[in-house]
Amino acid sequence: MSRAFQQQIHNTLADARLQEAIYTATGRLKDSRRAVIADSVLPDYQELRTQANLLKQHAIDNLDYYLEQFQGSVEAHGGRVTWCKDGTEVADFVLSLAKQRGARLIVKSKSMTTEEIDLNERLEHHGLESVETDLGEYILQLAHERPYHIVAPALHKTRYDVANILTERLHAPHDTIIENQTALARSVLRQKFLAADIGITGANFLVADSGAIVLVENEGNARLTTSAPKIHIAVAGIEKVIPRAQDLAVFLKLLARSATGQLLSVYTSFLSGPRRPGEIDGPDEFHVVLLDNGRTRLLPNRERRQSLYCIRCGACLNTCPVYRKIGGHSFPWVYSGPIGAIITPQFMGPAHEPGLPFASSLCGACAEVCPVKIDIPKILLDLRSEVHKTEAQAGKNRLEKFVFRAFAWLMRHPRAYEIAGRLAALSSSSGDGGWIRRVPALLNVGPLRAWLSQRDLPPPPARSFRQLWRRR
Amino acid sequence: MSREDVLHRVRTALGRDAGQPAPAPPPVRLRIPEVSPEARIASMTARLEALAGRVCRVSTPAAARAAVAEILGDRTAIISNAPYLKECGLSTLPGVRSGIYDRDQLRALCSTLDVGITSADYALADTGTLVLLSSPQEARLISLLPPAHIAVLPCSRLLTGLDELFSSRPDPAAVSSSMVLITGPSRTADIEQILVRGVHGPGQITVILVG
Amino acid sequence: MFVTCMVDQIFPQIGMSMARVLEGLGFHPDFPEAQTCCGQPAFNSGYQDEARAVAVHFLDVFESSEAVVVPSGSCTAMITHHFAELFHDDPANRARVAALAPRVWEFSKFLTEVARVEDVGARLETVAAFHDGCHALRELAIHDAPRRLLARVQGLQLRELEPAGECCGFGGTFSVKFDELSGAMARGKVDAILRSGADTVISLDPSCLMQIQGALSRAGLKVRTLHLAEVLASR
Repeated sequence: MSRAFQQQIHNTLADARLQEAIYTATGRLKDSRRAVIADSVLPDYQELRTQANLLKQHAIDNLDYYLEQFQGSVEAHGGRVTWCKDGTEVADFVLSLAKQRGARLIVKSKSMTTEEIDLNERLEHHGLESVETDLGEYILQLAHERPYHIVAPALHKTRYDVANILTERLHAPHDTIIENQTALARSVLRQKFLAADIGITGANFLVADSGAIVLVENEGNARLTTSAPKIHIAVAGIEKVIPRAQDLAVFLKLLARSATGQLLSVYTSFLSGPRRPGEIDGPDEFHVVLLDNGRTRLLPNRERRQSLYCIRCGACLNTCPVYRKIGGHSFPWVYSGPIGAIITPQFMGPAHEPGLPFASSLCGACAEVCPVKIDIPKILLDLRSEVHKTEAQAGKNRLEKFVFRAFAWLMRHPRAYEIAGRLAALSSSSGDGGWIRRVPALLNVGPLRAWLSQRDLPPPPARSFRQLWRRR
Repeated sequence: MSREDVLHRVRTALGRDAGQPAPAPPPVRLRIPEVSPEARIASMTARLEALAGRVCRVSTPAAARAAVAEILGDRTAIISNAPYLKECGLSTLPGVRSGIYDRDQLRALCSTLDVGITSADYALADTGTLVLLSSPQEARLISLLPPAHIAVLPCSRLLTGLDELFSSRPDPAAVSSSMVLITGPSRTADIEQILVRGVHGPGQITVILVG
Repeated sequence: MFVTCMVDQIFPQIGMSMARVLEGLGFHPDFPEAQTCCGQPAFNSGYQDEARAVAVHFLDVFESSEAVVVPSGSCTAMITHHFAELFHDDPANRARVAALAPRVWEFSKFLTEVARVEDVGARLETVAAFHDGCHALRELAIHDAPRRLLARVQGLQLRELEPAGECCGFGGTFSVKFDELSGAMARGKVDAILRSGADTVISLDPSCLMQIQGALSRAGLKVRTLHLAEVLASR
């Protein structure tokens, strides 16, 4: 793994306050989810998961068909669809539209897809003001940080951190009371909503038969972003498409429950096109940007294709014992947690962070909670193989490959395996039979050293099982 | 053209041809449970009140008017053009602005008045949800900008849940640019997981069920 | 019996205990000497070719066995769930796996479903917490069987760990590749154990026991760990 990855993990583990914040916040979300998917509350939970998985599988397996249908439906309601290969094309589209319309101010609702392509940075570089309106994202934008969690972006910030950020960036009087901090953000952002020329959102779902996007939120900022400005641009990955409006009866029952333990989020918006004739408010222009940015690279392999089923609920993050210790910023890309661990190497290539697929004990908790039944551990294992293949090609990590070759040979030659076992036991036996705390410096290397850095080692037995068995 | 590029990549990856149709999607079984009107009202009430919303049940439109008047107190309000609200005589309440069809005027009023009063196309009993479709009679911002929201609707519009909604309305896009499901007051827990209401949308929500 | 390489080389008493329990129930366990490992360490580390070679050896050794009893959830899951993946391009070996897998049993499941017993006459005075290994819990759906067996152990008071179902942090080579992280997860498990007030921690996975006992020992705590087989062999 890279030094940076190792260092970031170490720093997070060493920060007691951060450990507490991550563990508590994810624990709350984890427990809230469990309460609302319990048998007594949602008896057809497993059936819904199966349905959701099948719907996503069908949509992704026929992705071109549904994307084309989606475009036709959007256009039928007066909207426009723009296809973009990457973030640069998205930025170019927005900048060009803004220029044509004389737009200067943009309000944005939370969208991991726009984080993925650094949209704000690109727009600001060209002189546009693009303001995040989700409270957590707004705070992070002021602090120039990226999100810590897919659903709870400012999970790592305390009220004191927030007070400092607001004072520093907005020159507001220092106030650590959360209600006041929220009220301040609300009043600042209200002005932005009402003055903005363009509202940019992501999309939780793209509904092919309706030409609609679905936005799920609790604050109301996405509604304001899409109802106040005259232009609405929704930026969505191509994998977000689902066949029919009625499919939402499945997905909406799973999304909020899995994410935060709510039955439904406060606002679920189903938006199709600019305002219709006679409608008093709503945008005059409705644009959907369909983004590839590497998603097509995840399509060819049937197993890995599942990675695109993700509905961004964050349940896997909340249940992952690794995420709950290393937090969102230890991950090398904007997507963190188990889903981040499987899509990052697929988007960026395995060499981007070779250690990432290995940063898991394969406990399987993520697969258990995923509402669309992505087999995350299986994909992680597959990615581990891929990392090794890449290393082999580059002539790297030869020692480990050799070790496992030797392992395989030994395990096919029982006599040799037995001898090796006895030798290892003899060379480390000494002491009272208690667990071993340290070994001589010569031996304190590699895996042995790594093990002993954290816990004691079992003492080698006087006789192996097979020796004992023979003596019976 | 990026459209052709992306579609081509998708098709190549999936082994599909241009213009190739898709098999029928897996069926979604929409199950509408048998729930009596009274049970629906009870469920709606329990769910919304658990979210710090409020539900009032009245028997007549006139009673609805009285309830709204009481809730309003001396606060100012804007009401939508929903026919049902007219039926309840709400436009004649003091301090209430009605008959707004102009976008800029609507926005200005919604930004300054205390309460937004709307009807609702449906409510969903199992989650405590209001369903509003945007139209000349129902503007979006009325249920969004003012810090409080009152929705008045007849009990007959109270559905059991999402399954019944999508059975009754499989194609919301056919009639409106916006269908919004509102489940409780606006909220966030973004800072230290502490719950704060009324972040951007209304922090206070009252539903009046008539009938 | 497939005792597993870890039991063979590091925790032989687990294998002896398992044999004793099986014999006490009238079974005649044998120990095919050519056995070594299920290949899991290579498989989990992404070395599929090496894992496959070891898996073939396992099939050679065990395919004529009437039943294979395994004192490890993770090894059992490797055989019954992952061997088929290793041989997805190899129909002949895949057929061998399909034939053998139904006869491969994790120890607690063998007792409750094949031997159909819950009371093996064990006695152990202790306050104990049961740790669910992740493979056993999630891949093999083992939860009730060990608890039913432990409920019948005289003198044993069973406590549940809170939070339940949390990984101990072993994860094979993960434990040494991400040692600090693995150690932090182990210490989280130790905290849960202390909160439970248990004197003994029981698991049906030797690898979890190694991780947990290693952490308990490093922390200087008196809590001991025992494999389910050792508990059931106690008199």
